[in-house]
Amino acid sequence: MQMALELHRRELLTLALGASAVGFVWSVLPRPALAAKNDAAELIKKFTGGRPASEARVRLDLPEIAENGNTVPMTISVESPMTEESYVTDVLVVADGNPRGGVVTFHFSPASGIAEVNTRIRLAETQNVIAVAKMNDGSVFTASKQVKVTIGGCGG
Amino acid sequence: MAEVKPRIKLDRKQAKKGDLVEVKALVSHVMETGLRKDASGNTIPRKILSSFSCTVNGKRVFSADFETAISANPYIQFRFRAEESGPVVLTWTDDDGTKIVGEESITVTG
Repeated sequence: MQMALELHRRELLTLALGASAVGFVWSVLPRPALAAKNDAAELIKKFTGGRPASEARVRLDLPEIAENGNTVPMTISVESPMTEESYVTDVLVVADGNPRGGVVTFHFSPASGIAEVNTRIRLAETQNVIAVAKMNDGSVFTASKQVKVTIGGCGG
Repeated sequence: MAEVKPRIKLDRKQAKKGDLVEVKALVSHVMETGLRKDASGNTIPRKILSSFSCTVNGKRVFSADFETAISANPYIQFRFRAEESGPVVLTWTDDDGTKIVGEESITVTG
């Protein structure tokens, strides 16, 4: 009786150790199935051509809390002289928790004078909004913001 | 579909060369995402304004590609640098190719 119990305890211990090891490996490995809710990451990759974007120059103004996800005011401005030599060409906006990742793409030119735009977007739930700006020299800059959504938009 | 008249406002009618002119524009449109279902469970087909552009005296100063995450009755506000006088034409293009066009004008001095 005593022996059986001991063995049982040892087995349990081994099991527990094994389980925690598996758990560790699981947490270290990338989990694409959980990470990607929509095509937001792919859209960014396509837009930047895989170039790393630095977190600078882009300002993304969104409310901390949006009561109505159907119409969330958003202002984007990108620091740039907007001259023929140096200007913002495009700005991509994606949302990582909507049914579809894409939100809007803006196209600027030196004639824009300033890279600043305001519009209203739909957010289905609490999520991150990411803006990526591309310059005429090919460099990319980004900013992101989490918006807490009380009543979701985009839905049935 | 009934003729849609966009509401466009420039913050000034006259500008000095190099000034930034602000444009605010609002247009009535359902911006149907194609994800919603009606009462009997049928998917309501997607119908959105998928592109927008603004030209000043024939030159494009700003444009945008809208996705389904743009709110119904899209509002857009942006600025452009006044270079020459002429018409300020705003064009929204629907998925089905129909266009909504609005026009203002700007006079540039100096």
